[in-house]
Amino acid sequence: MIANGLALLASLFFLFPVYWMVVTAFKPSGDIQLPTPKFIPAPFTLQHFVDGVHKYHFWANARSSVIVTCSVVILSMALAFFAATALARFRFRGRKLFIVLLLVVQMVPFEAMLIPIFVELNRAGLVYHLTGVILAYLAFALPFTIWTLRGFVASVPVDLEEAALTDGCTRTQAFIRILFPLIAPGLVATSIFAFIQAWNEYIFANVLLTNENATLPVWLASFVSMGTQIDWGGIMAGSTLFALPVMVFFILVQRRITQGMTAGAVKG
Amino acid sequence: MQHVTSAAPATPLTGPAGRRSRLFGRRRAATVPWHVPYLLLAPAALALGAAVVFPFVYLVAISFQQFRARELIQDLPTHWVGLTNYRYILAKPEFWSVLGRTLIFAGVNVALTIAVGMGIALLLQRLGTRMRLLLSISMVLAWATPTVTATQVWQWLFDRDFGVVNWVLTSLRLGNFTQHSWLSDPTSLLGLATLIVVWGALPFVSLVLYAGLSQVPEDLYEAARVDGANAWATFRRVSLPLLAPILLVLTLLSTIWDFRVFTQIFVLQKSGGISEDTNLIGIWAYHQSFGGTPNYGRGAATAFIGVVILLMITAVLVGRMVRIGDES
Repeated sequence: MIANGLALLASLFFLFPVYWMVVTAFKPSGDIQLPTPKFIPAPFTLQHFVDGVHKYHFWANARSSVIVTCSVVILSMALAFFAATALARFRFRGRKLFIVLLLVVQMVPFEAMLIPIFVELNRAGLVYHLTGVILAYLAFALPFTIWTLRGFVASVPVDLEEAALTDGCTRTQAFIRILFPLIAPGLVATSIFAFIQAWNEYIFANVLLTNENATLPVWLASFVSMGTQIDWGGIMAGSTLFALPVMVFFILVQRRITQGMTAGAVKG
Repeated sequence: MQHVTSAAPATPLTGPAGRRSRLFGRRRAATVPWHVPYLLLAPAALALGAAVVFPFVYLVAISFQQFRARELIQDLPTHWVGLTNYRYILAKPEFWSVLGRTLIFAGVNVALTIAVGMGIALLLQRLGTRMRLLLSISMVLAWATPTVTATQVWQWLFDRDFGVVNWVLTSLRLGNFTQHSWLSDPTSLLGLATLIVVWGALPFVSLVLYAGLSQVPEDLYEAARVDGANAWATFRRVSLPLLAPILLVLTLLSTIWDFRVFTQIFVLQKSGGISEDTNLIGIWAYHQSFGGTPNYGRGAATAFIGVVILLMITAVLVGRMVRIGDES
């Protein structure tokens, strides 16, 4: 009984902000800023969404977001799969060093790197190009991705590959035919970190890109006007649009993420 | 990536009839050419080198230089100024208050995340299927909410004029919160930031801990029950020791993440929140570099000090983790 009550309260705490975002996005402007809030969006309207996609540079920014996110996800999965295999399947000189490096790299505040990366890109004439942020996001997604994927690789019994080797497969074939299919679900789950890094990141995009080719977080943050009348309907519609792909992706893969985390943590 | 896919097939075929040893580590080393793991690591290492290691070295270098907007825009040579930037920062009282604020903020956030996360994990364990599903789905949605979105939504909830929170608090007669601004006082702004951070971090921590809890063998609980242990003793003696490695990883990650909190506070400041006395060290470094009068040298020095402090804090945890990793 108490447990159920607590669970309801907790669910409310997690769910309500999301609910309120969606509800506000669908309310007519007149229904949003009321002394007594209206909890059900009736009547509802799509006006804020229609307005939203015409505000600032929505389509250009959405295009940047898609390009950056796809590049980072594909590159990081490929690179992390190779690295995780090396770390989970081989003992070699420098292995421990690399693992420590992965952890140390995660401790370097992302924002601290903004200064040198900005200066470097500026000198190379690459500032305001998507390449810069893609490389930065890739590098910052990799440590966590490799770390988690290592757990998935370690959880596949070596015997399976050995059996394949006994059956006459080459090592490469054993990797591609045996390990890869077994890792594939883990790969999808792990990709969420790269996806989130690239889709959600704000600070680098804000500094390293222009308003025209920036990613969607910059678009969303530019909604907040300093003026007296804040367009909450517009902001919430933008927020909903922006959050939607992540939420769909999350619901699809969340179970495997926690599995991967515990696998990575327990199996070392 | 290209490099490895083309290089891998070229690795000499090692016969399946290699020496049979139970220690897989040694066997691998014996049957695979030594360079294979290095080839596999190379692309990731290159990317990390280009976008983390090299910029990091450059960050340290800049921190010892006089490097302002003038040098950057006109592409002038920068001068080495030794410890000048560091001396300037360390002599500033503002630095010390920023540092103290960062430590307290991170400490509070980590403690809240881990403690409440553990509580929710234990709660999930006790729930029926339907309630567990409801709570899990709610958490996944919160988890999936991008940081900028979350900040915007919470800001709307805590809006001065028409925010739901002010309305609820006033309706519950907890005081008159009509037109109460949550962004104009540093403590209250940082409190709101804490709420946003913890709200976003709890789902991950709780679900991972719950996954860990569900791996604890049922007979251990059975044994505890037979021995007459109460819930608290069962948790202390059975669940906690088994969860220790996971808790360690989560504490480490939370410490790193919360010490680096940036976007939430930055966006709150940007949208009219008080910016005085709300900077954490990362944001302070940012303002020094990209604010009104850019000074990349000082910004870099501040950022580097932050990295060193974070390294010191987490060194202990990392040491333990590497040991645990070696044991298994």
